[in-house]
Amino acid sequence: MSELTELTIAEARDLMAKGETSAKELTEAHVAAVEASRSLNAFIAETADQAMDMAARSDDRRAAGEAGVMEGIPIAMKDLFCTFGVHSQAASHILDGFKPPYESTVSANLWNEGAVMLGKTNMDEFAMGSSNETSYYGPVENPWRRAGDNQSIVPGGSSGGSASAVGARIAMAATGTDTGGSIRQPAAFTGTVGMKPTYGRCSRWGIVAFASSLDQAGPMTRSVRDAAIMLRAMAGFDPKDSTSVDTPVPNYEDGLTDGVKGMKIGVPKEYVVDNMPAEIEALWQQGIDWLRDAGAEIVDVSLPHTKYALPAYYIVAPAECSSNLARYDGVRYGLRVPGDDLTSQYENTRAEGFGAEVKRRILIGTYVLSAGYYDAYYLKAQRIRTLIANDFKTVFDDVDAILTPTAPSAAFALGEKSDDPIAMYLNDVFTVPASLAGLPGISVPAGLANDGLPLGLQVIGHAFEEAKVLRVGQALEDAAGFSAKPENWWRA
Amino acid sequence: MSLDKATVAHVAKLARIRVEESDLEPMAAELNNIMTWIEQLNEVDTDGVQPMTSVVESVLRQRSDDITDGGYADKVTQNAPASEASYFVVPKVVE
Amino acid sequence: MNDFASRIIQGATGDWEMVIGLEVHAQVISNAKLFSGAATAFGAEPNSQVSLVDAAMPGMLPVINEKCVEQAVRTGLGLKARINTFSVFDRKNYFYPDLPQGYQISQYLQPVVGEGIITIDLPDGESREIGITRLHLEQDAGKSLHDQDPNSTYIDLNRSGVALMEIVSEPDMRSPEEAGAYLRKLRTILRYLGTCDGNMEEGSMRADVNVSVRRPGEEFGTRCEIKNVNSIRFVQQAIVYEAQRQVDILEEGGSIDQETRLFDANTGVTRSMRSKEEAHDYRYFPDPDLLPLTFTQEWVDSLMDTLPELPDAKKQRFIDDLGLPAYDAGVLVAEKETADFYEQVAEGRDAKIAANWVMGEFFSALNASSGDITQPPVSAGNLGGLIDLITDGTISGRIAKQVFEAMVESGKDAGTIVEEKGLKQVSDTGAIEAQVDEILAANGDKVEEYRGGKDKLFGFFVGQVMKATQGKANPKVVNEILRKKLDG
Repeated sequence: MSELTELTIAEARDLMAKGETSAKELTEAHVAAVEASRSLNAFIAETADQAMDMAARSDDRRAAGEAGVMEGIPIAMKDLFCTFGVHSQAASHILDGFKPPYESTVSANLWNEGAVMLGKTNMDEFAMGSSNETSYYGPVENPWRRAGDNQSIVPGGSSGGSASAVGARIAMAATGTDTGGSIRQPAAFTGTVGMKPTYGRCSRWGIVAFASSLDQAGPMTRSVRDAAIMLRAMAGFDPKDSTSVDTPVPNYEDGLTDGVKGMKIGVPKEYVVDNMPAEIEALWQQGIDWLRDAGAEIVDVSLPHTKYALPAYYIVAPAECSSNLARYDGVRYGLRVPGDDLTSQYENTRAEGFGAEVKRRILIGTYVLSAGYYDAYYLKAQRIRTLIANDFKTVFDDVDAILTPTAPSAAFALGEKSDDPIAMYLNDVFTVPASLAGLPGISVPAGLANDGLPLGLQVIGHAFEEAKVLRVGQALEDAAGFSAKPENWWRA
Repeated sequence: MSLDKATVAHVAKLARIRVEESDLEPMAAELNNIMTWIEQLNEVDTDGVQPMTSVVESVLRQRSDDITDGGYADKVTQNAPASEASYFVVPKVVE
Repeated sequence: MNDFASRIIQGATGDWEMVIGLEVHAQVISNAKLFSGAATAFGAEPNSQVSLVDAAMPGMLPVINEKCVEQAVRTGLGLKARINTFSVFDRKNYFYPDLPQGYQISQYLQPVVGEGIITIDLPDGESREIGITRLHLEQDAGKSLHDQDPNSTYIDLNRSGVALMEIVSEPDMRSPEEAGAYLRKLRTILRYLGTCDGNMEEGSMRADVNVSVRRPGEEFGTRCEIKNVNSIRFVQQAIVYEAQRQVDILEEGGSIDQETRLFDANTGVTRSMRSKEEAHDYRYFPDPDLLPLTFTQEWVDSLMDTLPELPDAKKQRFIDDLGLPAYDAGVLVAEKETADFYEQVAEGRDAKIAANWVMGEFFSALNASSGDITQPPVSAGNLGGLIDLITDGTISGRIAKQVFEAMVESGKDAGTIVEEKGLKQVSDTGAIEAQVDEILAANGDKVEEYRGGKDKLFGFFVGQVMKATQGKANPKVVNEILRKKLDG
């Protein structure tokens, strides 16, 4: 059975179409993998029974000739997505026991296209973190370990459970959300493909909000083609989200393998940062060479405000989060910790319910919005955001896509950076700029670091040109021929 | 600009997060560290630059005035830590 | 009895002037809420008109109701205000159990409507212009019930998310009377426009009252804001109390703390709000779940074309075109339904007679019945029919009052009643002349006295003739014949 968990979505789709396997078989294999892989702590709610029900119905639909684009594909759902009647707690203590009486638009889209839910994946609490160490449910382990070393490695974050599940062949694919890099960085850390679409491409309705102007859902898969398939199912206009964009969703597989011949690829000089490991630079150069060899024209470009993206992000995102998380007050759902009066009940509930990183960001956000500081911080950051978006606009007048490393290092060990918030924040230095500009980006596994951990390259594209981003990603994937797999140490 | 203990206490009060007195000092140091790192934004000349309102280049869509939702008090209160007769219940509030 | 008209408070140390500004929260008339599809109707079962958005469930998002935008813009046009084709929704952050999101979606720096004007009419016949600072759209909060349980507060979110227009005046009012006139006029305009029902008892119109005092001609003093006052009378009482309180403090050498206060209608006093003692810091910022609200000037112009005639214009037309006195015109336009009723009655008839009937007999009958002009004791058509009978000489004015009473009682039209009761006026000169002759013959002594110079007796003869004809004789004809016979 184990080979079923090795399949990509595209492969499984073809086998099911030929009648050589079924949703039921695939789901059984993956449910078994979920149960055998609990040591990774990738899932915080398993939904095996529901998965088997969904698989049975999926096979019925296929038999009736009504197969959707994700028909019968067993996937994992990040806990940030509200799923009807199922654990949806953003990996936070404060949402204890919350079972939504509603289904997020993106998850509903996936079920409508036939996908099967294996369970809810662990994540950084409220998607705030870059290592999955801020979860109330404990850290997730990366299936990858350094060569000759048993030390636990983080899977990145915030979509760490999803990344780990996909990298460890527990789920065929998973949903992620990306606010400043939460899909792309964990994808790079786990040797998987992760795509953040253009802001507005996937509905945010029913996804627990972190920073509303930045949050986007996206696919986490083991191939670029799988990302194309899954994004098509997830994306689409949603009248319930005022920031959802009403533009048709193409079949992203069309032209996926057309290559990059004649494309202009920008390489931004500002993405060379202090203390960047040589192997990252080498990998980046390798990516440049691959694309040039594939017929692309490489252009040096400048995104002059790049270094200010991260600090601007750490004003905008906390500001929005401080307001978005005000609703967790112990009144209508989740944790309530009593106090002497209502105010102390609020204060106790929120003190116990939120973890340290979430509190840190709420306090920063509250501070930068408070009287006397708004102009100096929030408005300043939003002006810089305009400059960053303009940088990209200027460059995109001339190029089709931009190539950068996904993260400034390979995955690190559990606990290695958890005491230094700024060191942790720097993980997102290459992913945050595109987030601030709302642009689509993909991370594709491109090689291994000297210590044997995977590394990713990022492609950033024009707004709503996910198809082109995927095409460049496909070219990188073809050239890289990344076939390394983590050694299976975690299975029970 | 430095973020002192009193500021942290004030901000925590605004955010309704209880912070133990003994935690205020270390928290102030930590937040100050982050804010100092953020201060590098002051290097950027942003005179005349419009603050971004949305990355979506579109206009606000408006929906029609139809009643399409509600009518499920049970659903609204089913996750509540305390409820009574379809009301949410909280400790007595004095105005 | 408070003197609401007084603009000056005489203190021990001299005169003080009141300075008053009002922030009115007017519930927008719409079927659904501002950012959700839940219903807005008053008085539903707890939490039954609450969507997942209104309850601030995780991941829920706002989508704006076009009707609420239109209502706000129409109101702005009715207030002769600047309409901003670009405006922004902000979050106003604070914790309160009936504010489920922990923030209210409102408009702060860039409201949908800017400066405008309301002309208020004062009892002495004077008019004054009160400036409007702005109008913006925002969400209402839910309702906290403090009296259901000794230890708990119950929360009902039915109102949570209902659209409000906050209409902010300049501090242009100087007496409780002016504040009352402002609220009445604003309510009239909103009702004419159909943008708010103005029902203060149900809370669909509430006022926050800003009061300060100063020496006449000097700079504004520190103001206090009295929150959520829900009747015009209470607003006026609150101003009287609050202004006097401030004068007392200042005269004792104290100073006014800028604060939020509550008005207790039972005791008539204002007191500081305990729960909001800590300084507010609302941390406004643009709501990232929404884009800026934009629309075209063409759309605004098209709304302008559909605005109904507003009370000021209607009043002027009643004066200019119908020849009504300003007072009558003012009374008739105070409620749109009254003005509509009057216009139906006056249509094709003598405007002044119609006004007299509507404001006289009809208003008395209305007050004695439902008081609701949409359920009039006599329909506009029937009242018009009655006036027609007077005008064409079928009945006299005196008989008409009798007929009107019968109309109220029976619901029948005037013609039927006149017919049934035989109340038709007699204008037949011959018949009246015979009657006159009879009266003169029977009162020979009086005739002598009259001719001897006692002119006042003329009325006696008229009365006798009318009495003899049971009031049905045409008084004009009676007069003419009597003059001829007595003077001729």
